[in-house]
Amino acid sequence: MNSQFLFSLISGIFIGGVAGYLGSLMLSKRMALVGDALGHVALPGIGLALLFGLDVSFGAFLFLLLGIFLIWLFEIKTSLPMEALVGVVFVASLAIGFLIVPEPELLEALFGDISKVSFEMMIASIIFSLLIFLVINRIYPKMILANISEDLAKSEGIKIKKENFIYLLSIAAMVALGVKIVGSLLVGALVIIPAATARNLSKNLKEYYLGSVVLGILSCLFGILLFRLTGLLAGPSIILTSTLFFLISLIFKR
Amino acid sequence: METVILKVENLNVESKGERILENLSFEVKEGEVLTILGPNGAGKTVLLKTLLGVLPYKGKIEWTPPTPHPKDIKIGYVPQRLPFIKDIPMSVGEFFKLKVSSEKEVKEILNSIGLKDYNSPTASSHSSFYSEWVPNILAKKIGDLSSGQFQRILVGWALVGNPQVLLFDEPTTGIDISGQESIYELLEKLRKERNLTILLVTHDLSIVYKLATNCLCLNKKMLCYSVPKELTSERLSQLYGGKIKFYQHSHE
Repeated sequence: MNSQFLFSLISGIFIGGVAGYLGSLMLSKRMALVGDALGHVALPGIGLALLFGLDVSFGAFLFLLLGIFLIWLFEIKTSLPMEALVGVVFVASLAIGFLIVPEPELLEALFGDISKVSFEMMIASIIFSLLIFLVINRIYPKMILANISEDLAKSEGIKIKKENFIYLLSIAAMVALGVKIVGSLLVGALVIIPAATARNLSKNLKEYYLGSVVLGILSCLFGILLFRLTGLLAGPSIILTSTLFFLISLIFKR
Repeated sequence: METVILKVENLNVESKGERILENLSFEVKEGEVLTILGPNGAGKTVLLKTLLGVLPYKGKIEWTPPTPHPKDIKIGYVPQRLPFIKDIPMSVGEFFKLKVSSEKEVKEILNSIGLKDYNSPTASSHSSFYSEWVPNILAKKIGDLSSGQFQRILVGWALVGNPQVLLFDEPTTGIDISGQESIYELLEKLRKERNLTILLVTHDLSIVYKLATNCLCLNKKMLCYSVPKELTSERLSQLYGGKIKFYQHSHE
C-alpha cells in the first residue's frame, strides 16, 4: 500500500464523515438538493484552479462564496423564490465552468481525482473537516429547532439570520472539500445519501446524526477500496457504495 | 390577581404594505384567560407572534415587569401546528433537550401535562381523564405520538423554564372532541397550579364560555373586548359575517 493511497483514504474518511453530519441537518431542513446545486456553482472555480495549478478546493470555495453572494443579492432585488435563484446561478456557473475547465481535466473536475491528494492536502482536509464539524456541532440544536418552527426558535432568542449564515458558509466549505474527492457533479450525493440512509434506520436524533456520520465514513472507505481494487473512478465508486447502503436500509426501514 | 401583566396601546402591525392589525388597545391582568376570536385572516396569529416579540410593530406593548424584550418576562408559546417536526427523527426527550432543561424538570412537566412515564407495575391500568400512562414516553418518537399526546407535549415544551404567560394558537386543531376537552381541562389545571396568565386563539365558542375571563373579537381592528357573557349573537355575526348559531353554556 503506497503512502499516496493512504493520504486519499484518510482524507476521504474525514470528508465523508463531516459530509454525512452536515447532510443530516440539510435533509431535515428540506435542503437536500442545495449541496448538489452548489457543487455545480463550484465548477468555474475548479476550472480556474486547474488552469493555474492551485488547489481545487481553494478555487471552488471562492466561487461558492461568490455564488452565495449573488443568490443573496438576487433575493433582495426580486421576490422570486430562493429555489429559482439558486437554479439560475447554478446553470450559469455550469455553463461558465464548461468553458473554463481545460478539456483534459474535465473528467477530474466533474468526478474528482483522489490520486492527486498529497500529504499537505490530507492535513488540510483533516483540519477543515474538524473545523466544519465543530461549527455544525455548535449550531445543530438551534438549526433543528429553527427547522421545526422559526417562530419557536425566535421566541427562544435564536438569531436565525446569523445561524443561517454560519450554516451556509459551512455548506460552502463542505462542498469545496467534497469536490476534491467526488467532483462537482457528485458532491451533492456525498452530503445527502448517508443522511437519507440514516433516516431510514433511526428512531431518534442521536441515531440519525451518528448514523449519517458513520455511513458517510463507510461509503468513502469502501468506495476508495473499490477504486483501488477495480480501477473504476473513485468518485462514482464512493457514491455507488453509498447508494448500496441506502438500498439495504430500505429493507430494515423503521 | 389585580396586577396588569400586559398592556397594549395603539398596536399597529403591517406586513408587505398591508395593515394586519389596526389600533389595538387592551389589557390583561395576571391569572386571566383571554380568548382571541375572529375569522380566518383576522390577524389572530399575527397578534400572538407580535406579543411574542418575533414580528415588528408600531405602538406600545408593555409586559410587567416592563422589559425591552418580552422574552424576559418568560412567555411560553404553543404554535398552531408544526408540520415539519415529523420529518425529523426525534424522541420526546430530545425535543425537550432543544430547550435547555434538566431531566428533573422534564419529568415534573410530563407529570403536570398528564403524560406519566410508565415505570411502576401498578401504573399500567390506571389511565384517567387527566392523565395517561405512556410506556417510556421520553424515548418515544415524536412522529409516533397521537395528536392529543403531541399537543400535550407542545404545551409541556412551552412550560419549560416556568413561564408566567402562555400564548396558545388554536390548541385543538385536529384533535377529537374528548382530546379537546382534556386539553382545556389541562389548561385550567395548569392555570390554577402555576398561576398562569393565558392568551388563547380559538374558534371554539364553548371554550370561550367555559374558560375565558375575557374575550377579544378581532378582525384587523378590535371589534369588542368584553367578558364572555356579553358576547351576543349580533356581535358574533358582525365578527364572522353572516348568521352564527351558538349555544351559551351556563357557568358551573
